[in-house]
Amino acid sequence: MSIQEFLQHLANGTSLGSLYALLAIGYTLVYGILRLINFAHGEIFMLGAYIAYYGLTLTSLPWFVVFVLASVFTGIIGVTLERLAYKPLRNSPKITNLISAIGASFLFQNLAIMLFSGRPKAFPSPDVLTGVIYIGGVSVNIISLIIPVVTVVLLIILNTVIKKTKTGMAMRALSKDYEAASLMGIDINLVISFTFFIGSFLAAVGGIMWGIKYPQLIPIMGVMPGLKCFIAAVIGGIGNITGAVLGGFILGLGEIMLIAFLPTLTGYRDAFAFVLLIIILLIKPTGLLGEKTAEKV
Amino acid sequence: MLTIDNLHVSYGGIKALRGINLKIDDGKIVTLIGSNGAGKSSTLRSIMNLVKKEEGSIKYDGEDLTNLPTKDIVKKGIALSPEGRRIFSNLSVEENLILGAYTINNKQKITEQMNKMYDLFPRLKERHWQKAGTLSGGEQQMLAVARALMIRPKVLMLDEPSLGLAPLLVKDIFDIIKEINRQGNTILLVEQNAKKALEIADYGYVLETGSIVLEGEGQILLEDDRVKEAYLGDAK
Repeated sequence: MSIQEFLQHLANGTSLGSLYALLAIGYTLVYGILRLINFAHGEIFMLGAYIAYYGLTLTSLPWFVVFVLASVFTGIIGVTLERLAYKPLRNSPKITNLISAIGASFLFQNLAIMLFSGRPKAFPSPDVLTGVIYIGGVSVNIISLIIPVVTVVLLIILNTVIKKTKTGMAMRALSKDYEAASLMGIDINLVISFTFFIGSFLAAVGGIMWGIKYPQLIPIMGVMPGLKCFIAAVIGGIGNITGAVLGGFILGLGEIMLIAFLPTLTGYRDAFAFVLLIIILLIKPTGLLGEKTAEKV
Repeated sequence: MLTIDNLHVSYGGIKALRGINLKIDDGKIVTLIGSNGAGKSSTLRSIMNLVKKEEGSIKYDGEDLTNLPTKDIVKKGIALSPEGRRIFSNLSVEENLILGAYTINNKQKITEQMNKMYDLFPRLKERHWQKAGTLSGGEQQMLAVARALMIRPKVLMLDEPSLGLAPLLVKDIFDIIKEINRQGNTILLVEQNAKKALEIADYGYVLETGSIVLEGEGQILLEDDRVKEAYLGDAK
């Protein structure tokens, strides 16, 4: 393999890893606060891409406006999902919520087949984002360079929100102790809604960029990325944001490099994530950055 | 004035409170004493609406709190420092205090109050940047009290503030409670350490299996034979 080829794969892997990271954050945020694996998260990602598709084809708004609006709208869908599918079950056993999440996932998939049809749709990417540029003999899709930049910017914003703002503090408090948080006067429902909004917004941004990079939309496009990003979150240590990002990059880069170095294993591309999950669960079940929770009495 | 009228609470069919009546006058220290499971914590948790009430009402200054969401009760100026401290161990000491003032939007007021807390608890100032989970038990208790004080509550409720603390620290905590009261806060104190609690209380209630069996001024309860026998460990 030439160095050019390697760099090309590296760019590819980095951008795929960025997409995974964006999606994995949603899993980890929701898990941190509700102790729930939101299995409908992959479908939120799919809806983000479809909403942007319809925004581009049905309106004459500039593409970046469409992308922002579609992400906000998807965020609202995520908030609604929590209100309808999870909130009524908040005091039920965790498994009930999980079943509700799987139900919501199927509902969204089938709703998408009904509304958008099962036939693949070509994503009408704006021309500026679809070109190829050459850097020192390496040809790279522009979008593969944009994706990591957008991801890093969003991660910095997210980190600031969680570390520095009162709402971010409330989120961290809620992840530790609901009741104590409500004793502080924190509006639990509002914070949970906010969490779902952020997670779904990031998933939509991921979905849209996915649509540009792999310009074919189908209603089940969220299933595999959804599962892989759940794995990414577990590998990094679920509940830990940095861990989710790390897990996303490991999966994305690993997947691309696997195909690059061992082309005969291309068919096992999706299996890579699952094998990695099994290894991590065997060696470090709490994930790479996950902590054991020890409480002082 | 905080009043509780005919309060009934049960958990899964087991009665925790069987129609209790309480009155907490402004500016006083009122204590609830009783053994484990008598319903002391349930009373405090009912006031914050953390548990479902079967019957009864809770009023503060004539306003009905019975069905108000917890966050709105906090906004009325009632704060609870819960049993077992329940500090946010993953947050720094300072962040815990900031969250204590979650309902206050005036940044300057928050800083002022935080400095007051640091004066009251110098240990917390020294450790303001540390994760709260790394504090010692006594420091965590101080943080829990300070956190509840961040809204300058009109009524401060403390659930077992001396639990698990070394005797010297217990004395500190009680001194601080008196000091807070002197600054004008009404205090509702739940304690296992009945002697200490009655010594500083203006008024006390004795709870037994969900009912109030005795009430009176702190000093009088301290002298009461039944209280002495059951809670103060004095042989006759």
